[in-house]
Amino acid sequence: MTPGVTHGPVPGTIAAAWLVARKDLSIEFRTRTAFLSALVFSVLGLATFYFTWDFSIVTPADRAPGVMWVILTFSALIGLQRSFGVEEHDRGIDALLVSPISREAIYLGKAVGNLVFLAAVQVVALPALAIFYNLPFDRAFLAVAGIVLLAMIGIVAVGTLFSAMAVNTRLAELLLPLLCLPFFVPVLINSAQASARLLAGRPMAEAWPQLKIVVGFDIVFLVVCTLVFPYTLEE
Amino acid sequence: MTTISQRADAMAATADAKPVFDWLFALAVLAVAAVYVRAIYFTPMEARLGLAQKIYYLHVPSAIAGYLAVSTSALMSIVYLWLRDERSDRLAEASAEVGLVCLTAVLTTGPLWARANWGTWWAWGDMRLTLTLFLWFLVAAYLVLRGAIDDVAMRGRYSAVLAILGAVLIPFIHLSVYVFRGMHPDPIVLKPSQPSLPGEMLTTFFMGALAFTLLCIALIRARYRYAVLHGRLALLDAERA
Repeated sequence: MTPGVTHGPVPGTIAAAWLVARKDLSIEFRTRTAFLSALVFSVLGLATFYFTWDFSIVTPADRAPGVMWVILTFSALIGLQRSFGVEEHDRGIDALLVSPISREAIYLGKAVGNLVFLAAVQVVALPALAIFYNLPFDRAFLAVAGIVLLAMIGIVAVGTLFSAMAVNTRLAELLLPLLCLPFFVPVLINSAQASARLLAGRPMAEAWPQLKIVVGFDIVFLVVCTLVFPYTLEE
Repeated sequence: MTTISQRADAMAATADAKPVFDWLFALAVLAVAAVYVRAIYFTPMEARLGLAQKIYYLHVPSAIAGYLAVSTSALMSIVYLWLRDERSDRLAEASAEVGLVCLTAVLTTGPLWARANWGTWWAWGDMRLTLTLFLWFLVAAYLVLRGAIDDVAMRGRYSAVLAILGAVLIPFIHLSVYVFRGMHPDPIVLKPSQPSLPGEMLTTFFMGALAFTLLCIALIRARYRYAVLHGRLALLDAERA
């Protein structure tokens, strides 16, 4: 300890994670670069995809879930790229590593920051989807919003870890989709199937088997990624 | 981190770097060729599928070899995280590359077989097909990740992390395809299941599986040797610089 300098108490894992998340979110709130690009990408994608089907064969409501999940996946990648990319300038990651907080706290903080980021994009993108594709704002739509949140937890759990790995490679952000997409597969298959069913007016019970897999994925990968994350930051 | 013995080792390697005859590889190629001669000329033609059925003797053995190589790769990557022995990391890299080649063979012959047998190029409801495809993506990502990292220790650790996550991912994909399929009726005409083979075809198939496993091992061994030489060369370059 340096004499004459007062040190506050070392925060616990949860408190430290919150500090990391708040740091990331305030950087994003002040610059809004990634947020705006993810947002514009989402709305632009929704509008563009509208013209990729034959109107006389499929109704807009039938294609809405597919479009939604494609757009969500790629807008998530935009946010995830930035998560650890932002630490590369001036080696911000070194400052995080020397700070008296655990590696797990860094991971959880980054993950929470990414989750809030993605949720904020979806707060605009989901209503835009409903408007462009003429979906009713009813209970099924609310349930789909819930599924989106569940899916984002799994996506963020895996994506945050890979973001930390990708920035240290020569390919940097080019590598992220390659690493992430195979891992998004179980989340996407099941959430897309579940939301397609709900939007088609089927009962909730028909979506349960898929939702259970998504929840299982969220829990398992959050735990596994927290455990292996320190290996991505060694030295 | 260079020790004197490592340096001497590197010198010796460059001194006697003459082409070596890979007897195991030669043996494996001969075995595969022999199986093919047997499959094409001495195994009876399948009544319904005709010549297309011969793909089977390439498709399934390369799938077996591919799964073997990929499992070895994942296992060796995880062992690296535990023992930090460079040899296990090299073996992981060698097996992953060979595994990708085998899985590519599976995925190109698969649709050909499916077209002749089920009347369709691809059946998403078929577990083996879908799993193999995603396994291919995983192995490809694994190799690209490895290629994008220069630091040996970091490459080993990152590969291990991806291998662990991949091992956790596979059951989830399996479960997802299972539930996805549960929603659709099982195909009746395009039945994605293997008919049981009569005796002579079964013998050819087992010989094929054996030959391909041998080829897989020979290729991994050759690739491993290359990795060792490559590592030594990098060491020498570092010395000179």
